[in-house]
Amino acid sequence: MLVKAAAEWCNRGMADRGGTAGKPVGRRVVLGVAALGAAGVAFGAKAQNVLDGVLATVSSKDPTGLTGLLPGGGGFRFYSVADSIPHRSDTAYRLTVDGLVERPATYTLAELKAMPQTSLVKDVQCVTGWRVPKTQFGGVLLSQLLAAAGVKPEGKALRFTCFDGVYSESLTLDEAMRPDMMVAHQMNGTPVSDAHGGPVRLYAAPMYFYKSAKWLSGITVTDRVMPGYWEQYGYDVEAWVGKSNGRNDAPTS
Amino acid sequence: MTSKHGSASPTGATMPRPLDRTELTRFTVVERWVHRTTSTLMMVAIVTAAFLYLPQLAELVGRRRLLVTVHEWSGILLPVPLAAGLFFRSLRADLRRLNRFGAEDHGWAWRAMRRGTGLAGAAGKFNAGQKWYAALIAGAVLVMMGTGLVMWFPNLTSLDWRTGSTFVHDWLALIIGVLVIGHIRMALKDPEARHGMRTGRVSRAWARREHELWARELDAQELDAQAQDQARTRDRGQGPDAGRDGGRTEEQGRGRGSADDS
Repeated sequence: MLVKAAAEWCNRGMADRGGTAGKPVGRRVVLGVAALGAAGVAFGAKAQNVLDGVLATVSSKDPTGLTGLLPGGGGFRFYSVADSIPHRSDTAYRLTVDGLVERPATYTLAELKAMPQTSLVKDVQCVTGWRVPKTQFGGVLLSQLLAAAGVKPEGKALRFTCFDGVYSESLTLDEAMRPDMMVAHQMNGTPVSDAHGGPVRLYAAPMYFYKSAKWLSGITVTDRVMPGYWEQYGYDVEAWVGKSNGRNDAPTS
Repeated sequence: MTSKHGSASPTGATMPRPLDRTELTRFTVVERWVHRTTSTLMMVAIVTAAFLYLPQLAELVGRRRLLVTVHEWSGILLPVPLAAGLFFRSLRADLRRLNRFGAEDHGWAWRAMRRGTGLAGAAGKFNAGQKWYAALIAGAVLVMMGTGLVMWFPNLTSLDWRTGSTFVHDWLALIIGVLVIGHIRMALKDPEARHGMRTGRVSRAWARREHELWARELDAQELDAQAQDQARTRDRGQGPDAGRDGGRTEEQGRGRGSADDS
């Protein structure tokens, strides 16, 4: 009987080891996934370039638009810091120009459309990495609005405010006078949609896209640069594409 | 745990304990809380990720900075429950079981995919699919944390690293989504598995059906406990000391319950 009990005790030991014996495959899988991840980080930049090309080809022939949701699938990503998409109808829309100017003014959308129009076709580059090639924006150059308002000598910079109630942006006066800085009401030949910042948004062509404030409602001339929303969280105020935010993208304008 | 055992007559002491006791302990309180907190953090990370990434959802809620903050913190806290659980023996024991692939696990996941889990062969406390899931999701979480930190603190690394990290983070997120959906689907198909994770207990019948080797392992432990009882009773010549015997029964009950007294 003792022998039998001892044998069973041994069997119990065997049974317990049965649960935990064998090869440590789990650990190997964990380490393998970690190694793959590290390799992906090392070569991801190159892989993303190749994939972008493939996905661009595929999504141009994809009627469902599902490939557009894949990483690097091209197209715009929607970023907003407000709690909802603000809507302003074409007739209710107003753009005010004030601050250090001789002639403060409020523009309706119709009045903006009646001014001399400019159209630009350039790449859009986001600071998070995505780029949308050859996007058309149409509207009024900032320089024209500023000429109409008459900037006072002490005016050195512009502060942009938005009717989402949260976002803001800034430009120096010199930057704003460039021929690729505009107040846009048209995108790819159609009115700027709500999601894209319509009816009127800023379009700062040579800079990362966070400078191109959506839902633009106010332009205030100030005596110094007042950093915009994301710039208070570490993004560069001078947001030239390829020369800021530690990035080296090809210039857009 | 029958405390009457010791006070019963000698014949009572040798009577076999019923093997079809209805419920078995599968998970301890610690393991259930680790699962609960980890799954909550994972769901928060996934939902915020979806609202940050998918344009249709992003347009619905906006509030990008709040979502980013919640996403970052839920992600970075993901391994904390498991790390805290490592202080407990029951969780360490089950981690060992998840780590080790025995002969029964060889080709199990492949057979389960082709014929279904019911026809893939007998499994231990965790089948090979569960072991693969645990290892893959653990490795994926580590990678997501590493790449996430690179994006969280962009000043620490070069642009190529950030682009590479974004690439890995985005694609691995899709893979994690598929894994988690699969995991939840398996749970939805098996109410008793969910009951087991909720209460810690499963029926013996379920254990025999889904985790046959584990059920047999517990059977063997119980038989062996009985054998020991009998052996000691005989050694002492028919006179079990009620107090000591009761104490030992208690101990065996615990050992059987957590199944990790190795």
